[in-house]
Amino acid sequence: MSWDKTLLKQAGEIIELYPQKRSALGPLLHLAQSKDGYISDDSISVISELLGITEVQVKSVSTFYSMYKQEPTGKYLISVCKSISCEINNSTEVIDKVQEFTGLNNNETDEDGLFSFEAVECIGACGGAPAMQVNYETVEGINAENVFSLCSWLKESAPEVIVADEMQENFGGIKSFDWAIQDNTGATSTAPGFQTLKTSKVKK
Amino acid sequence: MRETILLTQHMRSNPEDSHLIDSYEKNNGYVTAKKTLLNSSPEKILEEIKSSNIRGRGGAGFPTGVKWGFLAEDEDRYLVINADESEPGTFKDRILLERDPHQLIEGIIITCFSANIKKAFIYIRGEYAKPARRVQQAVEQAYQKGYLGNKIFGSDMDLDIVVHLGAGAYICGEETALLNSLEGRRGEPRLKPPYFPAVKGLYMKPTLVNNVETISSVPWIIENGGEEYNKLGVEGSTGTRIFSLSGHINKPGNYEIEMGGSFGEFVETLGGGIRNSKKVKAYIPGGASAPWFRGDQLDIKMTIDDVANNNSMLGSGAVVMMDEDTNLVSAAKSIVSFFAHESCGQCTPCREGTTWIEMILDRIASGRGRTSDINLLLDVCDNISPGLSWPPKMTTICPLGPSAVSPITSLMNDFREEVERLIPTKVLL
Repeated sequence: MSWDKTLLKQAGEIIELYPQKRSALGPLLHLAQSKDGYISDDSISVISELLGITEVQVKSVSTFYSMYKQEPTGKYLISVCKSISCEINNSTEVIDKVQEFTGLNNNETDEDGLFSFEAVECIGACGGAPAMQVNYETVEGINAENVFSLCSWLKESAPEVIVADEMQENFGGIKSFDWAIQDNTGATSTAPGFQTLKTSKVKK
Repeated sequence: MRETILLTQHMRSNPEDSHLIDSYEKNNGYVTAKKTLLNSSPEKILEEIKSSNIRGRGGAGFPTGVKWGFLAEDEDRYLVINADESEPGTFKDRILLERDPHQLIEGIIITCFSANIKKAFIYIRGEYAKPARRVQQAVEQAYQKGYLGNKIFGSDMDLDIVVHLGAGAYICGEETALLNSLEGRRGEPRLKPPYFPAVKGLYMKPTLVNNVETISSVPWIIENGGEEYNKLGVEGSTGTRIFSLSGHINKPGNYEIEMGGSFGEFVETLGGGIRNSKKVKAYIPGGASAPWFRGDQLDIKMTIDDVANNNSMLGSGAVVMMDEDTNLVSAAKSIVSFFAHESCGQCTPCREGTTWIEMILDRIASGRGRTSDINLLLDVCDNISPGLSWPPKMTTICPLGPSAVSPITSLMNDFREEVERLIPTKVLL
C-alpha cells in the first residue's frame, strides 16, 4: 500500500461515517484524485483493500463518474459549461478561446501538466451564463475576453489555492445570485476543494 | 408580480453572515426545532406537513406528506437530502446550500424527529464544492452546539448527518440512482419494483429522499402551521417556490414567489423583460427535461397543474427564455447532447437513442441533413417514448431517455419549419 499514514488516517475517518464500508468509495476516490490528479492503479488497489471489494468493482465505479479522471490532469482543470443557458449565451466563444489559449482539445492535458480542458454539462450557474469552473470553483459571467485574462493569470501567477470569489472579482461578470460575503476557501487540486473529513461525528 | 419571502428571508436580511450559526440563531434559528423536539409529537409534525399540501421541489412534485406517510417501520431508517441539483437551468438549491445551510439542517432535524430517523445524508453534487464546504461547516457548528449528535436539545433524540459529495453524474438526481451512488455503486437507477425508497431504499432500508428546497421549507411550515402555508399560492401548488430564471433575460436569478402568476408577468416584472427588447421565440418552463412553450404561450400560469395541462412540466422550477434570434435546432442539440452524455447506459433505447438523436441533429444543424431525417428523428424518439405523448410513456427504467425526446417533440410540433429550412432539398452530386 502506498498511501501515506495521513491519507490512510483520513480514509479511515471517512469509512467510519457510513453504516456500510462501501459507501465510502466515492469520497475515497475524491481523496485519490486529490493525491495524484487522477485515479491511479495504485489508489485502486489501496481502496479495494480498505473497503474489502475487488479492484474491478472500484474501477467500474471510478469510470462511471466524470469527475474521477482516468488520466493525469494538469494543475488547473478548466471546465467550461456548454448546457442550454450557457449555449444560448455564446459559451462556444468561451470554449474556442480557452482552446486557443491552451492549445487543447476537449478532455486533453498539456505537456507541461499545467492545464486540462473540458467542455462540461450544466454546473448550476445558469443565471451567470456563460460560466465555467477552475478545479470546481465557479466563475460566472465570463466571455471571450475575460476568460483569456483568467487563463493568463493562472499561467503567470500559478496560484496554489483556487478561490471562486477571487476569480469572480477579477475576471467574472453577471452572477446567478448575490454571493454575499467574500470567501477565501478554495481548491488545491483537481478534486473538489471539500474536506471530506470531520463531516460528521465531531467528538464530544 | 412580487416576491413572497419565506425561504430566502434570513439570507436576505443577513447577507454578510447568513451561513453562520450565530447569525441564524440571532434570527430565531433552531427555535422551531427545539420546540418541536421538546413539546411536539411525530404525528403532529406529519399532520402539519400534510395540511401544508407542499409538493416536492425536486421535479416530480410528489406530495411530501404522502411520501412521509409511506415510510415503512424498521429499526434503521434513513433520510437522504437530494442536493444533486443538475437539471440544466436550475440553480435554486445552490443558493439555499450556500447562503442558508442551517435552515436545511433545522429542516432535517424536524423531519427526522417526525420520521424517527437517526441518520441523514446530504448528497451534494461534486461540482458544488463551495456550497458543500458551507454545508459541512454548518453541520460542524451544529454538532458543536449539541444540535446534532446525541440527545439533541436535551431530548431523547439522536441524529447524525453526513455530507456526501457526488462526482459528476446528473442521473444521480434520480432517487434510486442516488441511493446506489451513496452505497458506493455506479449511479444507475434501480429497476422497479420496489417502487418506493420509503419502503426499500438505502441498504434496502426504508428511506426518505427529499429535495433541498422541500426540507428547507419545513421549519417555516412547522413554525407557522401547515394551514398558513396552504393559504399561499394556489390549490395544488401551495406555498412559495424558488424559480431559477436564465437565458436571454435582463435580470436572471433566483426568485421566490407564490405559484399562480403567469410566465409572462414573471419575465416582465421580476425578470426585467427580454434582453434588447426582443420577442420570446420559445421558453422552457421547468428545466431541460420539460417540453418547451412558444412565445405566444406566455399567459400560462406558473403552477404544477397548469403547466401539466399544457403538456409540459414545472419540474425543477428552471425557466429558460429563448429570444427570437435563437437557433432552436442548436438549442435542442445542446439539450439532447446533455442527455446523451448523462445517460447511464443501462437501457438500450436511451443509451443508443440519445446518441442517434444527437448525431442526426448535428447533421441537420451543419446543413448536411437528409430529407428522411425528420422521420428518422421521430422514429428514434418513438422507440424511447412510444407515442411521443405527454406525460411520456417509457421503454426505459427512468425518465432520462424520454427527457431527451422533449425538445424534439417541441421542435417538431411548433417549429418544424425551422428544422426543414436547414435541410437541403436537392443534393448536388
